[in-house]
Amino acid sequence: MSKPSKEQMLFMYRKMVEIRQFEEAAGTLYQSGQLPGFLHLYIGEEATAVGVCAHLKDDDYITSTHRGHGHLIAKGGKRDRMMAELFARTTGYCKGKGGSMHIADKETGILGANGVVGAGIPLAAGAALSAKIRGTNQIAVSFFGDGATNQGVFHETLNLAAVWELPVVFVCENNRFGMGTPQHEHQRVEDISVRAPAYDIPGVTVDGNDVLKVYAEAHEAVVRAREGGGPTLLNCDTYRFRGHHIGDPGTSYRDREEVQEQERQRDPIRRLAQVLTEDEGVTQEDLETLEAELANELEEALEFAKNSPEPLPEDALEDVYADEIQP
Amino acid sequence: MRSITYRDALKEALIEEMERDEAVFLMGEDIAEYGGAYKVTDGLFKQFGKDRIRNTPISEAAIIGTALGAAVTGMRPVAELMYIDFTAVGMDQIVNQVAKIRYMVGGQLDVPLVIRTQGGAGRSSAAQHAQSLEAWFVHIPGLLVVMPSTPYDAKGLLKTAIRSDNPIMFIEHKLLYTEEGEIPDDEYTIPLGEAEVKREGEDITILATSRMVLKALAAADELADEGISAEIVDPRTLMPLDKDTIYNSVKKTNRLLIAHEAVGRAGFGAEIAALVVREAFDYLDAPIERVAAAPVPVPFAPVMENFVIPDTPQIVEAARKLVRYEI
Repeated sequence: MSKPSKEQMLFMYRKMVEIRQFEEAAGTLYQSGQLPGFLHLYIGEEATAVGVCAHLKDDDYITSTHRGHGHLIAKGGKRDRMMAELFARTTGYCKGKGGSMHIADKETGILGANGVVGAGIPLAAGAALSAKIRGTNQIAVSFFGDGATNQGVFHETLNLAAVWELPVVFVCENNRFGMGTPQHEHQRVEDISVRAPAYDIPGVTVDGNDVLKVYAEAHEAVVRAREGGGPTLLNCDTYRFRGHHIGDPGTSYRDREEVQEQERQRDPIRRLAQVLTEDEGVTQEDLETLEAELANELEEALEFAKNSPEPLPEDALEDVYADEIQP
Repeated sequence: MRSITYRDALKEALIEEMERDEAVFLMGEDIAEYGGAYKVTDGLFKQFGKDRIRNTPISEAAIIGTALGAAVTGMRPVAELMYIDFTAVGMDQIVNQVAKIRYMVGGQLDVPLVIRTQGGAGRSSAAQHAQSLEAWFVHIPGLLVVMPSTPYDAKGLLKTAIRSDNPIMFIEHKLLYTEEGEIPDDEYTIPLGEAEVKREGEDITILATSRMVLKALAAADELADEGISAEIVDPRTLMPLDKDTIYNSVKKTNRLLIAHEAVGRAGFGAEIAALVVREAFDYLDAPIERVAAAPVPVPFAPVMENFVIPDTPQIVEAARKLVRYEI
């Protein structure tokens, strides 16, 4: 089992807090009517993105989902430019053309959040194919949810990636609900990693709310991909603390007590804080100082976003094609 | 100049571009040893190896999604979908991913991806192997659509398509593969968005696409015997569209007949008619007429298929009526 150093643990703590703060701020802004569009929060699932991305290099690739903010921050996306995109400003990663569900950053290998469930899975395989042909030693990671594992493209891509032995890690975040449908109503399997043997690739399930366990299993999968061992299906059992999106209280299809129990018992940030303070000699004060520092940074990101210019209406006509072809 | 088939013209384009640029590779169902369903890639795996001529599983969505992932990370894939009818299986990837990604991410990503496919009727292939679906793709902002009718156009346009940083639907016709035509000995390319007047005339413009260009040229021969001089315009690329060549021809002949093999209803011809009515209304001496397939699935029985798909006598008859039309 690969165990992170204290510095790596603190780095992962920082990243999870960055995500939690970003999501809480975005939720508040959305509810006060300051953000257009949809908003799907990652609160409660931070350990999966952070535990996996901790192993990735800047030029490795990820593809993400409609619930993508956590993956992007974990991979190196900047909160100021992400927030600017949520505010639909020109300084946002997509210049206001994508919004929450489509943030991408070429520089950090983020090939995009995605509005279609499962659709990013073959993109990651393609990036892995590209890396393999170019011989660059890069790998690709695709994040997707339990709902996506019922899409045809999930099965098509796992099969193709297995046949071609692509350097890709398929990370399923089983947060127990496909929108509002509980897992037992949308698939017979409970442990999604059992789908891996169908494609003759390794499959493993881990507690997705324990960042140290995610880190350890992701290490195996990432090393396997990088060393030419082909794809892995890494299934992370997690839980969505909030509704499907802002506007869904998330209580019509599950008990409020169940959510509260998950929050009490399985908060990934609190669990890592416990390890850091009990085993690693970090004080509660140290963590609070770090959180305050990150909160200030988020305030600056918010100011940056709010003070950035809005696009011009006719900017809508640009970026459809390369080579000056007019839409 | 030398005479060559449409099939070999396409093959030459693929070979030349793969020799010219290491980033170019092919992927699709049975394109290696089998040589492709219509033998366009026959033998290429011997020259380039199976890393660059990649057989895929029968998984259209994964083929397109994986090609897209490779395209946005430094490769220039040519993905083959065996029949245009099968694009429907991979439609999310084409419409929601390939066409949209550049725009959604604010222009950060180029998409140098060619999707080669073929359509058209005339071989008793019936309803799922003989459609003409080009209008679907013309309708989607972000895609370009190429439909060559001759070996010369096929080679020159495929080379240009492979060098483009835009995603391109490159639509061949299954009954054109054995057609022969002249091409230069030296290398050449044809720009996207340049129509060609395949035959000059004075009395009526016949705008035709793909295999209907050949039928229109045959019709022009018959019409000439009757003293009617028809001008045949082949747009060659439906998007981008060379509108000026079409307008100029109509302004000269004052009559427009549109001939395509797709169903007429909401077909590409409807778009042409609307454009010409707006831009050349005062020049028209007769209504714009369309010759197109009957609005039924393509039938199997040759006698029924021939009835449904427009042919040369229909073009001749429609042209005659327009020339005789009196206001």
